[in-house]
Amino acid sequence: MSESAQNSGGGTVEYIQHHLTNICVGDCDPITHKASGFMSLHLDTIFFSFALAALIILVSARLGKNLNADKPGGFQNFVEMIVDFVAQQVRDTFPGHNPLIAPLALTIFVWVWLMNFMDLIPVDLLPLIGSFLGITYLKVVPTTDLNTTMAMSLTVFALILYYNFKVKGAAAYGKSFLFHPFGKFLMPINIVMTAIEELAKPLSLGLRLFGNMFAGELVFLLIALIGGSAAIGFGLFFILPLQALLDLGWLIFHILVITLQAFIFMVLSIVYLGMAHTEAEEH
Amino acid sequence: MNITLTLIAQMAAFIALIYFVNSLLWKPMSEVLEARQKKIADGLAAAEKGKHEQELAEKNAMQKISEAKAQATEIVSQAQRRSNEIVEESKITAREEASRIITAANSEIEQEINRAKETLRKDVSAIALAGASKILKKEVDAKAHASLLNDLAAQI
Repeated sequence: MSESAQNSGGGTVEYIQHHLTNICVGDCDPITHKASGFMSLHLDTIFFSFALAALIILVSARLGKNLNADKPGGFQNFVEMIVDFVAQQVRDTFPGHNPLIAPLALTIFVWVWLMNFMDLIPVDLLPLIGSFLGITYLKVVPTTDLNTTMAMSLTVFALILYYNFKVKGAAAYGKSFLFHPFGKFLMPINIVMTAIEELAKPLSLGLRLFGNMFAGELVFLLIALIGGSAAIGFGLFFILPLQALLDLGWLIFHILVITLQAFIFMVLSIVYLGMAHTEAEEH
Repeated sequence: MNITLTLIAQMAAFIALIYFVNSLLWKPMSEVLEARQKKIADGLAAAEKGKHEQELAEKNAMQKISEAKAQATEIVSQAQRRSNEIVEESKITAREEASRIITAANSEIEQEINRAKETLRKDVSAIALAGASKILKKEVDAKAHASLLNDLAAQI
């Protein structure tokens, strides 16, 4: 498998599969390079997401120390705009007051956006550099790894459960499972329905982001394949400009997509946590 | 999808990142934003207060001006009254003066007339004496006929 990294133009399916495989260490399947047990790590996902998190922390620390209340500089203005935007979203959709929600929303928005942004780096660039360093597989975008998106959505889900128990109390939360959609005469159905409703929250959060970013990456790969499939011959003069044009179009569109996905993840987290904070309606 | 170490690591990273974003960025920036909001609110309140004070001062000034105007009109009317009085007084004095002058002039005229009469009388007696001496072709003794002449002069 690893020898084919040099001549990735050989097979289309192989090329795409190769690009969508993480570097896996630990309990990994030796043939498919997929994680097969608990003790497995996707090094590329970990590396890029941690690097971006470190970038956020570094910038936050530097900016947080040099805040100027009277004369905000250019970058402070920019960050204030984002912070204000997130705070406004929280004010609009979150009932009551919880000092954790706004920083959580800000973290989600900025981190997800930055991880999505890795998608805009040319698909072959970082894997090519990696191949020089002996790295055979490299999936650059952490949000195309289900581990990243589900990690965030499960964390949010844990918070949802925590606040459900804390704000409503275990009894009231349990009662919402028994009586929620259809009243007291359809209790078994109610339990199933509410359980699905609750479980759908983290799943939809994580899978939506993963699906969108995965599909976006796939489209970039397909566009990259246009040129690769016509690497030899006169078709190059026609096909390379076409590829560049398509790539540009998808890039511009994708800027919108990554922002929208980060925004949706943030807003839905706020909404779900807000639902956990409000008393169950009477039925 | 297997539950793997990657997932756990990502969750830990996410939680840590929330903590750092909260403590390093969100809290200080919220404080700054709040402080700025308060400052702006204070500034607006101060401006409102200043405006109010200015309105009060304007009202005060208007009152003072109207008072001053009333005072001025009073002073002017007083002055007018005083000047009328002065004019009246001066008219009266002028009239008195005029009548005094007139009486003085009249008495002077009378004196003058009397003096003229006196001279005339003397002249008449002299003329009469001269005429008589011409008629009589001889010197008439003025002293001898003095009483007669004086009588004549007194009759004129």
